[in-house]
Amino acid sequence: MSYIGQFRVWRGDSNGGSLEDFEVEVNEGEVILDVIHRLQATQAPDLAVRWNCKAGKCGSCSAEINGKPRLMCMTRMSTFSEGETITITPMRAFTVVRDLVTDVSYNYEKARQVPSFQPPEGLAPGEYRMQQVDVERSQEFRKCIECFLCQNTCHVVRDHEENKPAFSGPRFLMRIAELEMHPLDTADRRDMAQDEHGLGYCNITKCCTEVCPEGIHITDNALIPMKERVAGRRYDPVVWLGNKLFRRNRS
Amino acid sequence: MTANDTGVNAPLRARLPVSTLRVDRWWMGPALTVAGLTVFVVYATFRAFQQAHYFVEDYHYLTPFYSPCVSEGCVEASSLFGRFLPDHPLIPYAALSLPFLLLFRLTCYYYRKAYYRSFWLSPPACAVPEPHRKYTGETRFPLILQNIHRYFFYAAAIVSVINTYDAIIAFQSPEGFGFGLGNVILVVNVALLWSYTISCHSCRHVIGGRLKHFSKHPIRYWMWTKVSLLNARHMQLAWITLGTLMLTDFYIALVAGGVISDLRFIG
Amino acid sequence: MTEVERHNYDVVVIGAGGAGLRAAIEARERGLRTAVVCKSLFGKAHTVMAEGGCAASMGNVNSNDNWQVHFRDTMRGGKFLNNWRMAELHAKEAPDRVWELETYGALFDRTPDGKISQRNFGGHTYPRLAHVGDRTGLELIRTMQQKIVSLQQEDYAETGDYEAKLKVFAECTITELLTDDSSGAISGAFGYWRESGRFVLFEAPAVVMATGGIGKSFKVTSNSWEYTGDGHALALRAGATLINMEFVQFHPTGMVWPPSVKGILVTEGVRGDGGVLKNSEGKRFMFDYVPDVFKGQYAETPEEADRWYTDQENNRRTPDLLPRDEVARAINSEVKEGRGSPHGGVFLDIASRMSAEEIKRRLPSMYHQFKELADVDITKEPMEVGPTCHYVMGGIEVDPDSAQSVVPGLFAAGECSGGMHGSNRLGGNSLSDLLVFGRRAGQGAADYVAGLDRRPVVLQSDVDAAARMALLPFDPPESGEPENPYTLHQDLQQTMNDLVGIIRKADEIEQALERLAELKTRMRRVVVEGHRQYNPGWHLAIDLRNMFMVSEAVAKAALMRTESRGGHTRDDYPQLDAEWRKTLLVCSATDDDELVPGIKVERKEQEPMRQDLFELFDVEELSKYYTEEELAAHPDYQSLAAKGNAEAGKEEA
Ligand SMILES: Cc1cc2nc3c(=O)[nH]c(=O)nc-3n(C[C@H](O)[C@H](O)[C@H](O)COP(=O)(O)OP(=O)(O)OC[C@H]3O[C@@H](n4cnc5c(N)ncnc54)[C@H](O)[C@@H]3O)c2cc1C
Ligand code: SF4
Ligand code: SF4
Ligand code: FES
Ligand code: FES
Repeated sequence: MSYIGQFRVWRGDSNGGSLEDFEVEVNEGEVILDVIHRLQATQAPDLAVRWNCKAGKCGSCSAEINGKPRLMCMTRMSTFSEGETITITPMRAFTVVRDLVTDVSYNYEKARQVPSFQPPEGLAPGEYRMQQVDVERSQEFRKCIECFLCQNTCHVVRDHEENKPAFSGPRFLMRIAELEMHPLDTADRRDMAQDEHGLGYCNITKCCTEVCPEGIHITDNALIPMKERVAGRRYDPVVWLGNKLFRRNRS
Repeated sequence: MTANDTGVNAPLRARLPVSTLRVDRWWMGPALTVAGLTVFVVYATFRAFQQAHYFVEDYHYLTPFYSPCVSEGCVEASSLFGRFLPDHPLIPYAALSLPFLLLFRLTCYYYRKAYYRSFWLSPPACAVPEPHRKYTGETRFPLILQNIHRYFFYAAAIVSVINTYDAIIAFQSPEGFGFGLGNVILVVNVALLWSYTISCHSCRHVIGGRLKHFSKHPIRYWMWTKVSLLNARHMQLAWITLGTLMLTDFYIALVAGGVISDLRFIG
Repeated sequence: MTEVERHNYDVVVIGAGGAGLRAAIEARERGLRTAVVCKSLFGKAHTVMAEGGCAASMGNVNSNDNWQVHFRDTMRGGKFLNNWRMAELHAKEAPDRVWELETYGALFDRTPDGKISQRNFGGHTYPRLAHVGDRTGLELIRTMQQKIVSLQQEDYAETGDYEAKLKVFAECTITELLTDDSSGAISGAFGYWRESGRFVLFEAPAVVMATGGIGKSFKVTSNSWEYTGDGHALALRAGATLINMEFVQFHPTGMVWPPSVKGILVTEGVRGDGGVLKNSEGKRFMFDYVPDVFKGQYAETPEEADRWYTDQENNRRTPDLLPRDEVARAINSEVKEGRGSPHGGVFLDIASRMSAEEIKRRLPSMYHQFKELADVDITKEPMEVGPTCHYVMGGIEVDPDSAQSVVPGLFAAGECSGGMHGSNRLGGNSLSDLLVFGRRAGQGAADYVAGLDRRPVVLQSDVDAAARMALLPFDPPESGEPENPYTLHQDLQQTMNDLVGIIRKADEIEQALERLAELKTRMRRVVVEGHRQYNPGWHLAIDLRNMFMVSEAVAKAALMRTESRGGHTRDDYPQLDAEWRKTLLVCSATDDDELVPGIKVERKEQEPMRQDLFELFDVEELSKYYTEEELAAHPDYQSLAAKGNAEAGKEEA
């Protein structure tokens, strides 16, 4: 049941590169990553690719397959026809390191800018009590495997490099939502979400949700609720008026 | 147009000759959206200004496009809240509600997605570059106003109450109680309008989403779970209600204009 | 002289899995400048793959649970070969370590009264595993990753630099530990950046090894590419010792079809939540495989087993939840006797035992995994499963309290350390092990650094030697055909899988050793193409050195231990042997070969269990494992002897 498949793989680095054609054997039940491994073992031993678990759990093997952001280890060959030429490129929103490997440090920098969990003061370890219904919303977001496919797909930075400083991307806006919904977190990150992490840049076009391999409803459950929370704080006319008056009083 | 050097062609990114390698028909979605929305806008504009064929006096069928009918030009029986707006061809008879309904849909999170993607191509589809050089999203005027969607939701909820009332009092005939196909259409329409309105993200937030501890508010949590179920269908409801609105209006227009007569079951 | 980027730290933690991160948090909280180095990206370490849960006797679901019960379960699971002090510390401290995670922001699944929920797992008497669906490892990693970020934010607030005291060096591989010439103490670590191929040197008096396991030396494994036994081999080369290397855990349930996913884990949580094993005849065969040492502790009929899920007080647990070694052997026998599934496994059935919604809620990633990778809907069909190489019980020999190895300044925690799990690890005991001993290693390192009066010195000649070793694969061989690292790796995996796998025999192990020797000579001729920038072929060639050392240690120790126990099954010596129970096999490196040093294995007597712990066990149970001589120390020994005589009399009557 094996056949010879046609592949085009991007090879190069940040100075330039091109799509190279390969013919590789494909066997039953295989995924794209198996093909890449076979390519390494037989034709291109120095083909750079990042992977770890090969089970869709670590989020290392993100790439673009026929132009669509996906995990290589979770893209089955059976979803393509035998005659089709399959194009594999690195993620296109980040600086390329080599071949299919990109520099994802943008994401780690953004992660560092989200203020961490702030437990209530005086609550000793072992005394935390939370109800299942209260943790479920945040638990959905904690399924994230940090594959950064959503970050890669989001047009705010994919199509506008200059927005990177102002916009943290769906993954980290979702992290803010996760903490906001954490039943024991005591901090308020609503203003920060808008001012420092660029929640307003998101135009809820849902590409992050479309590509998330964990099936997290990023837009519906994290971004929009976050926008609503910010709206409640900032764009509610009553609150707005209160703020204005309060500020005037102070000055 | 797409050849900007800030996006996928930015320096240091993987250099590729084409801006997207997608081979599926990604343009289909936006194309259908453009088609669908255009049909509705054209139809709705025409009808809103037509100022005719909106009311079937015998059965008290009032099309949602004219509810509440508050213009001095309205047929008296159709107007439940008084007639006070000047009768002018550029002022729709329902000028009190239509702007809110329009803004409700215009600022709806789903429609925003739909028209940003299809009309504004921002982005046309996932991993397909948008043609604009600069992008600031909803961070500044005018798009920052999208944030007041919640207030249009409140307004829309009020209009839905009025539409419901319209549907209820339409169970009549010159002899008293009546029931015809028009009633079925009005009721279905109003039920779907409610579903759409209730499935709104702002509604989901207000009902319970804003709470930190569901466990302390069991009833609101219960409501939130129901709204969330509907919310997952918000896109479908958005399209279905566009369709039912047009159908309802069209049916009433046909009956009111005497082109067809209502299929009556009682009365 | 080689061009190297230099860094100076108080502690270098190698590995960013659960153990490494916990150690780094501890070291930083104790005020040390700490570096964390890992081969993959931050937050991707192997720990993310852990599914089922983290064992800690919090007693939230069954209040009868306590550390003593956990301790007993752990010792039983390891067939009493465990380092009892480690098992004791582990059982006592695990609950605190789990609760601590909540203060970092972890969100475990909850009980109705709002506490951390706990689930059943093989070998654990009570529901004991704190979990989040079936992605517990991810929660652990992410939580500690975020704790590290929060510590960095504190440092930023104070100094304006996130990385002032705690820095993560991701995609950086350590290839050699460096030691002080005069004292033999750790002086640093040498490695390379995967991205650029440039060399990097960490000068530090303390190194914490937390590099995980060795599974990539086997063909069918649940482990990722990271598991090349680096920590084991680096420690050996630095003069440390390994123990228990013959014990390799084969998880009973790995996927068997399609071939490309063979070995990927199917969590034990499936059985913990009600899934059962069946053979091709539809029979729940595990009832036939309850070994003597566990007789009486497990249900004898499917009816009783089914009742146990809802009423654990009055029923015994299902034998589907026997310790992993037992289940893996049982599956192996069923398949050998022709009652296997079409693709050479057995059936694991949850579909007929639970509603589809329930399955999707409790085991979301399993559902996803089978759906995506095998086109199997586990809510409708049974899964096909078979044994897969999963965990190595053996590792760096350490002092239980401080986690220090025999090399001063070298600490180890997590899967790459040895002793805690004896001959077989219970599911869920690894994640708790990481937390308990990760923290202890961090503490041990901090104490050690505080007590130093002089920093050990890195020798330039050692750095040059390490660089030379790393670059060797770029040089064409002096003679003979050049070797492809990928082919060599495959041959190694095949050898270990076939000859030192789940069931072992003396002649096969000897054959394996011969082949290993031959592969080692081929290792000398490995050549890689391309340059140093992100070159996977080169990376593999470097890792191969370590895999060879570890494989040899496994094979040599396996040959020496002439009994079957836990993760070591000898066809030619199928019985437990009480004499072997108190014997450890200690591996060390010989200095015959610079590239891949040989392995020497020596016996060592295990220290007897402290009396109060010894007395936690029933003498009758101990008698299945201990020699008469050892048993005499137990206060109930006399009555056992008397009862033994009486029973012998009854049988005759
Ligand atoms: C599929 C699967 C499921 C499991 N499920 C469970 C479970 O439910 N419960 C449980 O208790 N246990 C489970 N385990 C076991 C448990 O996950 C592992 O034993 C544990 O995570 C090991 O953690 P660690 O901290 O020792 O190392 P890892 O998490 O493996 O981390 C190793 C780290 O070392 C780094 N490293 C390695 N070599 C080098 C080098 N040369 N230079 C620099 N860095 C290096 C790696 O990059 C990595 O960061 C499971 C294991 C697997 C494979
Ligand atoms: S929904 Fe928002 S965050 Fe997600 S891809 Fe679209 S713009 Fe980006
Ligand atoms: S949210 Fe989804 S797509 Fe984004 S990083 Fe996490 S797992 Fe990946
Ligand atoms: S390799 Fe881990 S997600 Fe693909
Ligand atoms: S109506 Fe669509 S989100 Fe409010």
